[in-house]
Amino acid sequence: MELFLLAIGTIAVGVLGCVAWFWGSNYVLDTILPPRGPNAGANISRASLIRPWLFLGPAILFLGVYLVYPVINSVWLSLKDASSQNFVGASNYTWLVGDPKFRESMINNFFWLLVVPALSTAFGLLAAQLTDRIRWGNIGKSLIFMPMAISFVGAGVIWKLIYEFREPGTEQIGLLNAIVQGLGGSPQTWLTIQPWNNFFLMIVLVWIQTGFAMVILSAALRGIPEETIEAAVLDGASPWQIFFKIKVPQIMGTIAVVWTTITITVLKVFDIVFVMTNGQWGTQVLANLMYDWMFRGTPDYGRGSAIAIVLMILVLPIMIWNIRNVRKEMR
Amino acid sequence: MEGMAGQKSSLTWLVNLAALLLVVMWTIPTAGLFVSSFRDRDQISATGWWKSLSATEQTGFVRTGTAADQREEGGVFVLDGNVLGEGQELVGWGTRSREPAAYQPGDTADVDGAKLTVNADGSYRMESPTAFEMTRGERIFLTTKSPGKFTLQNYSRVLNAEGIGRAFMNTLTVTIPATIIPILIAAFAAYALAWMDFPGRALLTATVVGLLVVPLQVSLIPLLRLHNEIGIGKGYLGIWLAHTGFGLPLAVYLLRNYMVGLPREVIESARVDGATEFQIFLKIILPLSFPALASFAIFQFLWVWNDLLVATVFLGNTREQLVMTGVLRELMGSKGGEWEILATSAFISIAVPLLVFFSMQRYLVRGLLAGSVKGG
Repeated sequence: MELFLLAIGTIAVGVLGCVAWFWGSNYVLDTILPPRGPNAGANISRASLIRPWLFLGPAILFLGVYLVYPVINSVWLSLKDASSQNFVGASNYTWLVGDPKFRESMINNFFWLLVVPALSTAFGLLAAQLTDRIRWGNIGKSLIFMPMAISFVGAGVIWKLIYEFREPGTEQIGLLNAIVQGLGGSPQTWLTIQPWNNFFLMIVLVWIQTGFAMVILSAALRGIPEETIEAAVLDGASPWQIFFKIKVPQIMGTIAVVWTTITITVLKVFDIVFVMTNGQWGTQVLANLMYDWMFRGTPDYGRGSAIAIVLMILVLPIMIWNIRNVRKEMR
Repeated sequence: MEGMAGQKSSLTWLVNLAALLLVVMWTIPTAGLFVSSFRDRDQISATGWWKSLSATEQTGFVRTGTAADQREEGGVFVLDGNVLGEGQELVGWGTRSREPAAYQPGDTADVDGAKLTVNADGSYRMESPTAFEMTRGERIFLTTKSPGKFTLQNYSRVLNAEGIGRAFMNTLTVTIPATIIPILIAAFAAYALAWMDFPGRALLTATVVGLLVVPLQVSLIPLLRLHNEIGIGKGYLGIWLAHTGFGLPLAVYLLRNYMVGLPREVIESARVDGATEFQIFLKIILPLSFPALASFAIFQFLWVWNDLLVATVFLGNTREQLVMTGVLRELMGSKGGEWEILATSAFISIAVPLLVFFSMQRYLVRGLLAGSVKGG
C-alpha cells in the first residue's frame, strides 16, 4: 500500500513538476517579453528564440545525463583500472584481445548477428505473405506477433520447458525431447551441446522478433502498387516469381530497416543468455560478459567499460546510417 | 479453365495450411507454459503438458492401520481400510518399493505371516492368525492412475509464498511513473523539433536518432556511479530516472514524426489568431497526437515491465525491491526443476503485457510502423 502511494505520489510530483516547468517558464517568458505593447515585434522574435529551449530543456537534460554523458564517461573509464583510480592506457583493450572468453563472445555475437536477423526477417516475410492472403489472417498475425509482448526472461522460462531433459527411456516432459524420443532418437540436454546450444538460444529471439518483422513487412507488402502485380499476372508469372521478382525487390528498403533494427536488438542480447545458460557451455555473449565483469565478485569497471565500448563501436555503423537517412528525409 | 481453378484452390489450401503451421509453431510454446501453470506438481513431472487431459500413472505408498486399529473376527486379527485417494484408479500394488506393481488388484500377498489383499476399488484387508504388534502401519506400494485435472493451487502458492505478489506490486510501482513521465517531457520536445524554428534543430533531431541505438550497457557503469555519488543510490527514484532517460529518444522520435504530419493550416491559423505556442501545444497538438502518445505509452510500458537489466542494476536485490523478472530469474536458478512454480510465476509476469498487447494492438502496430518505415 505504501508502495502504491509512493508510486502515485511520484506520478503526481513528476507530472506537476513537468507542467509547472513548462507552464511557469512560458509564463515568465511572456511576462518579461510581452507579445504586445510598444516592443511587441522585437519581443516576439526574441521570445521565439528562447522558447524552443524551454520546451526542449528537460529532454536535453535527460538525454545528456542518461545517454550522452555515459558514452563519454565509459570511454574514459575504459582507460582506467578496475576501481577507476589509476589511468592504465589501452591495457584493458589489449587484455580483451587476449581473453578467450571475449573471443568466444565475439564469435557467438557474430553468429547471433548472422542467424537471428536473417531467420526473423525470412519468417516474418513468409508470415506476412501468408496471413495477408487468408480470411483468418488477422488472428494469425496477432498470435505470431504475441511473443513481442513477452519478456526475454519469460521467454527463457517458456523455452526451457521445451528443452527440458529427462533420462532416456523415461517419459519426456520437454516437447523437443518428446518429439525426438517419439521418432526413435535419444533425448539430449540441448542447452549444453556445443556449439549448437547457441542456436537453441537464438531460436528464442527469432521467436520473439518474427512478429515485429511480419507487422512491418506486411504493411510494406500492402503498399506495393497493384499495377505492378497485375502486369506480372497478365504476363503469366507464377506466384513464386511474383513474390521473389516483383514484390521482394520493391520492399528491399523496408527489409533493410527491419534487418538493422533486429541487428541492434541482437547486439544487445543479454537476458536470454543470462537466464538460460548464463554464458556457460560456450554460449557467452558480449552483453553478458560485460555484466559479469561489472557485478560478479569484485567489479572491474575498467574491463566492463571496455566491453561496453566494443558494443558501442559495433552499433556505430548503424547509427551513422540511420542519421544519414533521417537527414536526407529532412532536407 | 477447370485445371486453373483446381490449381487455384489447391494453392489456397496450401497457403492456409502453411499459415496454420506457422501460427501453431509460434503459439505452442506459450500454450505449454499456460497449461503447465494449472497442473499439479506430480502431473507436471509425470507427463508432458500436451498429455494433461489424459490420465497419468503415478507410484507412491500408503500405510495400513497399526496394532491399535485391529479387530478380531472369528479368531483372525483384521486390519482394513482404503488406499486410494479421490479420483484415483488402482493399476497395481506391491509390498516393496522396488516393485510397486508386483500384484494385480484383487491379488493376495504374504506380509510377515499375514495375508494382505488389495482390491480394485482400493479397499484392503490384512489378516493374521496372531495379533498385530506393529506401531507403524505396513507400507503398501501403489501404482495408480489419476485423470487429468487442473488446479489453481499453484497460483495461490506462488502469489503468497514465493513473493510474486510482492514483486507484482514492485513492478507496477516501477512501470507506471516510468511510462507517464517520459511522455510528458518528450511531447514538449517533439513539438519544438517539429514546429518551432530555431538554429540547431536539424542537429538535435539527428542526435536523437543517433541516441536511439546507443546500447544500454554503455550507460550502466557511469550512471550507477553517478547515482551513488549524488546520493540516489539504488532505489525507485533511480530506476524511474533511468527509464525516463532511456525511453526518451524513442519517445521524442516517434512523437516528432507524428507531429510533423499534422496539418500545417491548423497550427498557422491558431498562430495568426494570437494563440501562444503553449496554448497551441496544449489545445491542438496534444489532443491530435493521441494515437502517437498511446503507441509510445504501450512501447514504454512493455519495455519497462519486461526489463531485467535496468532493474538488476538500479534496484536492490532484496525481496522488498525485486521486480517480477528478477524474481523469475532467481527462481530459475533456485527452483529450476519445480516447473509448477516456474510456469505459474512466468505466466503471471507475462499476463499483464499480454493483456495490454491484445487490447491495444492497433496502437502498437501504428507505433512500430511510424518508428521504422518512416525512419528508414
